[in-house]
Amino acid sequence: MSASRASTASAALAVLRRDLLLAVRRPGEWLQPLAFFVLVTVLFPLAVDPEPSRLRQLAPAALWVTLLLSSLLALEFLFREDRRDGTLEQYLVSGQSFTALLVAKTATHWLLTGLPLVLVGPLAALSLGAPPQALPGVCVALLLGSVSLSLIGAIGAGLTLGARSGGALLSLLVLPLVMPVLVFGARATQLAIAGDEAASALYLLAAIGALSLTLAPLAAAAAVRISLE
Amino acid sequence: MNWVWFHRFGSPPYFYRFAGRWAPWFLGISLVLLAVGLYGGLVLAPADYFQSDVYRIIFVHVPSAYLSLMTYTWMAIAAAVGLIWRIKIAHAVAAACAPAGASFTAVSLVTGMIWGQPTWGTYWAWDPRIVSQLFVLFFFLGYIALRGAIDDRDRADRASAVLAIVGVINVPIVHYSVDWWNSLHQGPTLMKSGGLRYRCRWRGHCW
Repeated sequence: MSASRASTASAALAVLRRDLLLAVRRPGEWLQPLAFFVLVTVLFPLAVDPEPSRLRQLAPAALWVTLLLSSLLALEFLFREDRRDGTLEQYLVSGQSFTALLVAKTATHWLLTGLPLVLVGPLAALSLGAPPQALPGVCVALLLGSVSLSLIGAIGAGLTLGARSGGALLSLLVLPLVMPVLVFGARATQLAIAGDEAASALYLLAAIGALSLTLAPLAAAAAVRISLE
Repeated sequence: MNWVWFHRFGSPPYFYRFAGRWAPWFLGISLVLLAVGLYGGLVLAPADYFQSDVYRIIFVHVPSAYLSLMTYTWMAIAAAVGLIWRIKIAHAVAAACAPAGASFTAVSLVTGMIWGQPTWGTYWAWDPRIVSQLFVLFFFLGYIALRGAIDDRDRADRASAVLAIVGVINVPIVHYSVDWWNSLHQGPTLMKSGGLRYRCRWRGHCW
């Protein structure tokens, strides 16, 4: 029993290592969502009156809507290549827990597309007029939110693997599911920027994260498995 | 107890013959019941003291709102049955739920808007109840779109079943999150002072 558990962990680590290596060799895929995030946040001050107080009001909405759209963009890459070259089928017949391997894949995906957004997010918040003391709260909110976005998004990416139309369908499936993340994430950011205690919204964001960490991989594995049949 | 009569419904040819034979009768019965219900609500019931005749829309609005959530739950249950026991008829039931549920949801939203204009003075408010109902509509539409986008019938059945089950987990989350959302919005920046009262009145009427 313990031997098989150890081999599951090492298989998951191998998946993680492989995906990271692929990402290093092919940086375009994970740089695109990051560039998209930066570009769209730059668009907001251009579209509205760039007066600091108004920008500061707009900042939570701009940050979180952009984060959601960037993560949607990144989800397109999550399973596509591995399905095309048969890697996912190899995972399925490898005898290892398919769910564990997909969790490893999703974790890599978050490291490559979620974490950069978390790191750039505070800069974007600063540029939108957030005070520096708000940055820790904004950072934690983005961290918790982006983890949930990757995990929940993996379900949508799995479901649309075998579908004809990709992007628009993916957003129709994923956006209603991640709506709570947007609500609490934007709320926490707003509280942090206003200088208030953001803990209540952050706790709820963390609860969504815990829920999606425990349940979403099962649904994502079922979805990918159906798409591979 | 002999359950053969029931298990027979799991066979698609038997079920489709049965459903084809009874569908016209059920259509007739439902039309008669609809007419009775509408007559009772629109003609027999007395006009409201405060709202006069506008309130009558509630006789259409509330049942369709109930039915939209109930249809979603039915759809998810049928999808789970189909996924777990691989019963084709269950998937057919789930697929049939989606357009009906989407129309119930749309009817409840539209009648709510028509009622809101004379009563609240606005067609649309960013009220938790309204927004969560809008998201139920999006779930139905997503389900229909996913089924339509997968060519293989069996895979479409099973993929959309996973979506329906995931969605039903989210329906209470959607519901409560928007409740929290509003109660969190105590700050004076985004909420109008009357917002919370409107919500309570709305909930008192409908739930």
